[in-house]
Order: sequence, then C-alpha cells, then structure tokens
Amino acid sequence: MSAFPPRRKPPRVGDAPLFRRALIGVVLLLVALVIVAPLVIIGVEAFAKGWAVYRDTIVHPDTLHAVMLTVLAALIAVPINTAFGIAAAWAITKFDFRLKRFLLVVIEIPFSVSPIVAGVAYLFVYGLQGILGPLLDAYDIKILFAIPGIIIASMFVTAPFVARELIPLMQAQGRDLEEAATSLGASGFRTFLSVTLPNVKWALLYGVILCNARVMGEFGAVSVVSGNIRGQTNTLPLHIELLYHDYQTTGAFAAASILALIAVFTIIAKVALERQGAGRVRKTANPAEKTS
Amino acid sequence: MTKGGGGSVILHRRISFRRLLPIKGTDRVRRRNVLPGLPLSLGVTLFYVGLIVVLPLAALVFKAASLGPEDYWRIVSSPRAVASYRVTVLSALGATVFNLFFGLSLAWVITRYRFPGRRIVDAVVDLPFALPTAVAGIALTALFANNGWFGSVLESYGIKVAYTPLGIMIAMCFTSLPFIVRTVQPVLEDLDPALEEAAQSLGGSDWAIFTKVILPLLAPALLAGVSLSFARCLGEFGAIIFIAGNLPMSTEITALLIFIRLEEYDYQAAAAIASVLLLTAFLMLAVTNWLQARALRYTARG
Repeated sequence: MSAFPPRRKPPRVGDAPLFRRALIGVVLLLVALVIVAPLVIIGVEAFAKGWAVYRDTIVHPDTLHAVMLTVLAALIAVPINTAFGIAAAWAITKFDFRLKRFLLVVIEIPFSVSPIVAGVAYLFVYGLQGILGPLLDAYDIKILFAIPGIIIASMFVTAPFVARELIPLMQAQGRDLEEAATSLGASGFRTFLSVTLPNVKWALLYGVILCNARVMGEFGAVSVVSGNIRGQTNTLPLHIELLYHDYQTTGAFAAASILALIAVFTIIAKVALERQGAGRVRKTANPAEKTS
Repeated sequence: MTKGGGGSVILHRRISFRRLLPIKGTDRVRRRNVLPGLPLSLGVTLFYVGLIVVLPLAALVFKAASLGPEDYWRIVSSPRAVASYRVTVLSALGATVFNLFFGLSLAWVITRYRFPGRRIVDAVVDLPFALPTAVAGIALTALFANNGWFGSVLESYGIKVAYTPLGIMIAMCFTSLPFIVRTVQPVLEDLDPALEEAAQSLGGSDWAIFTKVILPLLAPALLAGVSLSFARCLGEFGAIIFIAGNLPMSTEITALLIFIRLEEYDYQAAAAIASVLLLTAFLMLAVTNWLQARALRYTARG
C-alpha cells in the first residue's frame, strides 16, 4: 500500500485514497442520518405497538376515508395536469411565439410559491371574501372547505410537474419528425400519438408519477382550503396531522407509512424510468448535436 | 450548430463566449411552421395557467393592495411579523449553507467515485422530494425529540433540537437538499477531464485545482442550486410546523404566522403577510432564472 499506487492514468483531483475514503464515509454517514433515518423511523414508530394496532389504524373508517379522498384528488388532478403538461410542452416546443420565455417562467411559479401562500390566494378567489365568493354563494356552490377546493389547490401545487419533464426533452428532439408526419398527411393528434408520444413516453410517465406523489402528499395548501373536517375533508396528510396532535403517535405514523411507501415506490419508478432514458436530456445540452 | 458558430468567429475579430453560442433563428433557415395544434395547445395552456396560477395570485395581490399603504405597512412591519421573517430567513440561510457543503460533497461522491451502493445513494437523494412534507415533519420530530434516537444523544451534550430554531433548520435542510445535488450533479458529470489534467501537468495541488479550476466551473450551477434551495426553505411549511416550537417571536415561521392569522379570521393580515412571501418568491424566481441561464451558457458547450 504505497501512497502512489501504480496506474496508467494519473489520479484525478480528489482521488487520493485517504481523502476519497474519508469523503465517502462522511457523506454516507450524513445520508444515513439525514435522509434514511427519517424513513426508517416511520416504519419503527408505525409498528411500535405491534401489527394489530397498525392494522386497526389503517382500517379505521376515518383513515380509509382520508385514503379515498387522497386517491380521488389524485385521480382528478393528475390527469388534468398531465393534459395541461402535454398541451404546454407542445405549444412551447413546437412553435415560436412572443413571450415564450415569460410563459415558461409563469408555468414554474407554483414551484417557488409557498403552499400556504397558494392556499391563501385560493381563499381570495373562491372564499366568501374573495372575488368569486359571493357569486358561488348565491348559487350555493361550495368549493372551499369542500372536496373541489382540495383538488384545485393540489392542481396549483403540481401544475408544472409534467410540463417540466416534457419540455426539455421535446425541445432537444426538435420538430423534424413531426413536420415530416404532417407533410405526409397525418393529423395533429395522429402525429402526436404515433410520432411524439413514443419518443417522450418515459419522461411523460415519470412526470405523471412525480405529480401523483406530490398531489397525494400536499399538505400546506390543502390544509388552508380544506377546513379539516374529520371524515369529510381530511386528506391523508391532514389526517396524519390530526392524529399526531391527538397524541395518537402510532396512528399518525401508521397513516404516514402509506405515504412513505408511495414515496419509496416513486423513487424506484424514477430509477427504472431513468434506465429507459427519461430525465437524461438536461445532462447533455442537446444529444442530437453530439451525434451529428 | 457549432459549425455556424465557428463561422461567426472568423467574421468577428473579437472572440467572445457569446459569439460561440447559436443565436436563435440564425442557425437554420427560417421556414414556415407546418405543424398543427398551436391554437388548441396554446389556448389550453393559457387558460389553465390563467385560471390556476395567475387568477389566485392576482386575487391575493389585489386583496393585499386594497389595504392601503399605512395599514399594509403596519401589518407587515409588526414586531411579530418581523420576528417571523428573521427566524425564517436565518434558518433558511443556515440550512442552505449546510446544504451547500453537504450537497456539493454528495454530488461529488456520486459522480466521481465508484463504490458499492453508489446507485442507491443516488436514488435516495430524491427521497425528500417524494416524501410528503407532513410525513417528513413527524419523522424528524420523532428522531430529534428528547427521547428520540438523535435527540437523546444530543440532549446529553446539552443540545436541544426539537422545538428550537435548530429544528427549523434541520427540517429545511431535509426538504431542500436535493435541489443543490441535482443542479450540480450534471455539471460535475460533464466536466472536461482535460482541464484537470492540464492543471495537474502544470503542477497544481489537488486543492489548488479544485478551488481555481473546478469550483469556478461549478459556481453558476452551485449558485442556481443555492437560490432554489433557499427559496424552497423560505416557503416550507409542512415539515417545519411539527418540529418547531411555534412560539411567537422565537420559533414561529412566516408561513405559520399566515396560517394563524387565517384561523383568527384576520384575512387582511393574512393577505398582507402572504404578499410579502409571494414577493420574495418572485424575487428568488428571477434570481434563479438569471443564474440558471448563466449556468447553461457556460456548461451547455463546456
């Protein structure tokens, strides 16, 4: 074990064995403490009182109702955001128009706005003191403190997810294939379905899965607009908070374990989809250029 | 595209970075766009963005503006609000500085070294994105509470984390870590080894090459990651409220103060303070976009 192991290539910066091992060690330790430990403790706490208590929490009507509501929100918000993401990516990558960059920034706004701010903003649209509130009240339509409010707030928070995955990829792929298909007489939808979609399907799926995970886990915006009525407008994250503040810690972690499982599944899906080539575009600026 | 750029270098005597980049519209002959679907796709996009994003934010700004300057200023500069800004900004700064070092080391280890479990570490980095904030919040609280795994150890050294500003910082660290790793990682992967080799052949020490060659190349991406991470910290709510003590004036973050004002039916105060957070978010968005454009300019053609 000499300090300079014989190699053909000179060691790159930071490849000194001692430094390398120390850095890997420190990083692995911090990853274990900061990222992995929270995941582990959810499982530990959820089963702290045994399998029976865990099962009782999961099959409790309030938990089941929260699960149903969360799934319902995802079933509505995710397809709508997917359709929006596809439309936005098509308009932005296949055409040139003024203020395109501005539109891109506006689409990304929900990422930088605090979910609480989003919730408050919706209050001033659909709430009684908001701009549409009196009108909705006159027709007895309830949006806030009811299921539609939860769904709309989730839609705001996750609006950019699909678009953000599709736009860089479709930008890199250019317009030539679509133009060829159109000039051969294919309709717009036909062109999208049989030319564009096969090229972006993995990125699309990845965007949908991310969007789904965030819809199901949204807390801040939903807690403002839901009214938090147990058994009525409680989504799973809100139900976790309720149980936690009721000092039913085990129950809260049992409910949390469902969402943690979805998160783990999301990550596994991400790795699998990246092997298929999704999410690779940003690493090389434009793959088409490198091959030509 | 590079060919076109090369041509313009000959035409222009002064060679600048800008000239090497393709200029929109010059690299290919402009032709009429034959693709269908612009009215439909752009229409759907504008309608949805208008209804879901612009309308509520405009309503919030409108509501805050209807207060009048004096009332507005009185609310946003009240001692409790100012204390909440201080807690939020200081914790976010602390968390971002920690994540700057941790995130850079993590990205470095993932991209430059090969070791068993590397792919798992790479995948696990996204966990804070995928884990709902409320779940992260109760998990971190359980870890750092006085009787928790970490809390009991730290307690014996006299360090309290849960229900103190330190807890807020840790929750922010957790939720914003992936931003820095994921912005730096692609740049680190694309880094040209020739640059390092040249510096090594000139006799530079590892540390000198890192600070004088590698770090300047990473800086734009690192800054973009930092600003994304900082923005996320400022708006974080779910993960923090469980671990923070939520005491007014000391461990109450701005997002929580907005929530409390809502529960008190003080909608004007909620609107005013929310507009402060919204303005900060817009400011951070502008900074991030500017930094990312800069980062792309230097890395895309690295």
